[in-house]
Amino acid sequence: MDWRAIELSLRLSTLTTLLLVILGLPLASWLAFSRWRWRFFVEAVVALPIILPPTVLGFYVLIAIGPHSPIGQAYVAITGRGLPFSFQGLLVASVLYSLPFAVQPFTAAISTVDKRLIEASWCLGRGWLATFFRVTLPLAWPGVLTGVVLSFAHTLGEFGVVLMIGGNLSGVTRTISISIYDQVQALDYGAANQTALALLLFSFLVLAITYGLQRRGIAVWPAH
Amino acid sequence: MNRIYLNCQKPQFGINVVNIRNRFVIISTSLSFAGVILAGFGAFAAGEDATPPAALTIAAAADLRFALDDLVKDFEELYPAAKINVTYGSSGNFFAQFQNGAPFDLFFSADIEYPRKLAESGLGADNVFLYAIGCIVVWVPKDSPVAVDKLGIKALLEPSIHKIAVANPEHAPYGRAAVAALKALNIYDQVASRLVYGENIAQTAQFVQSGAADAGILALSLAVAPQMRDAGRFWQVPLDAYPRMEQGGIILKSSKNLETARAFRDFVLGDHGREVLKNYGFYLPEK
Repeated sequence: MDWRAIELSLRLSTLTTLLLVILGLPLASWLAFSRWRWRFFVEAVVALPIILPPTVLGFYVLIAIGPHSPIGQAYVAITGRGLPFSFQGLLVASVLYSLPFAVQPFTAAISTVDKRLIEASWCLGRGWLATFFRVTLPLAWPGVLTGVVLSFAHTLGEFGVVLMIGGNLSGVTRTISISIYDQVQALDYGAANQTALALLLFSFLVLAITYGLQRRGIAVWPAH
Repeated sequence: MNRIYLNCQKPQFGINVVNIRNRFVIISTSLSFAGVILAGFGAFAAGEDATPPAALTIAAAADLRFALDDLVKDFEELYPAAKINVTYGSSGNFFAQFQNGAPFDLFFSADIEYPRKLAESGLGADNVFLYAIGCIVVWVPKDSPVAVDKLGIKALLEPSIHKIAVANPEHAPYGRAAVAALKALNIYDQVASRLVYGENIAQTAQFVQSGAADAGILALSLAVAPQMRDAGRFWQVPLDAYPRMEQGGIILKSSKNLETARAFRDFVLGDHGREVLKNYGFYLPEK
């Protein structure tokens, strides 16, 4: 089993999930409460990675962070190295790729919170931040948890995007799924089978937990 | 609906809590958030360290997959401090990746034209080097009814051959050689509809080794590798049926580890390297 790839994938998934919680919670609360008429537009953009072929996303991310784009050039100017074929580049792509898997459950959960409780908290003098952490989040936690679990699992299984922008570097961008692809090409079916089986079991476990939560009446995915 | 309503009743306890505790919770929540973010960036930094400075990152044409694995093992035994990571793929893909700044130290291409172009655009640290000449074979799995050794290229016309795996000629030199040979031997039009394309020559070999394709045009270096040798039979395509496959390499200018890169290049070009490459079916350039 390719432990370096497993370690890398776990690190990538953890950081992606973390960033998605930090970025996704504000976005989800805005989506849940906004009455802006163009909100559907933002919702469509957030959901895009679900149906977008990973090669399309990977291709555009590669162009966007490459040395010929303003973003790529700005990043090189600040950090001294490029984003493509680096762990940071993968992280950027993974956050985009798994965005709907975090934001949609978050939004679904937050919008089920009774608006009156939030308003009561405001009336009692709590600010929006305090209300969010003390009222909204405690009520929405199962959905937030589902979002966390799903985006973690989705990032762990990511293949096309990584293939497009990663470059298959051991310890830097060779994730578990790329490692399986590599092991198959090396005709090392035993190793490929071991890694694939581990991933299969993990995915099953994640879904079992998710649906288990759902069975206990916590409607989170894909209800929206 | 009922259930949600029940849930919503709960936090009323929370809302009535005194001010001080409230503030404490908010501060501790933000602190833990900040801690989590810091931890994230710590892991970021750890990501940079994953490749120690003595490590060498090599991009190698997929036909080298088994030969270079052997050479890397021998090299690491000779220099225990060196750590070599090899990524195998199609030479054309690597060439495209170098344009986007892929961080490799050393590039072994199946077509010397790619390193030459890199040198021309100023991306090379040293001169282009020629390390081997590649050959192609027609390969069938051992349980195939087709007598490839007797029929030669005509084996591909047999009715039991439905799919023929070749590497993608767009970016894999072995794919270009295969298509050139099929054209030179005047059977391309008859087999064109049966061709399936592997992303690189190792994936092409995997297609036919696994039986997904009935025959394949592969690199001799893969056909004689221990992993493939007993799994099938092959016929070597005459060298004059396709353009000479000069395999060349280059050390990239962006390499932070020029000394080790040069040492490894010299090791591959040296006596031991030549012997290993020869055992894997490569022809060798004049010394």
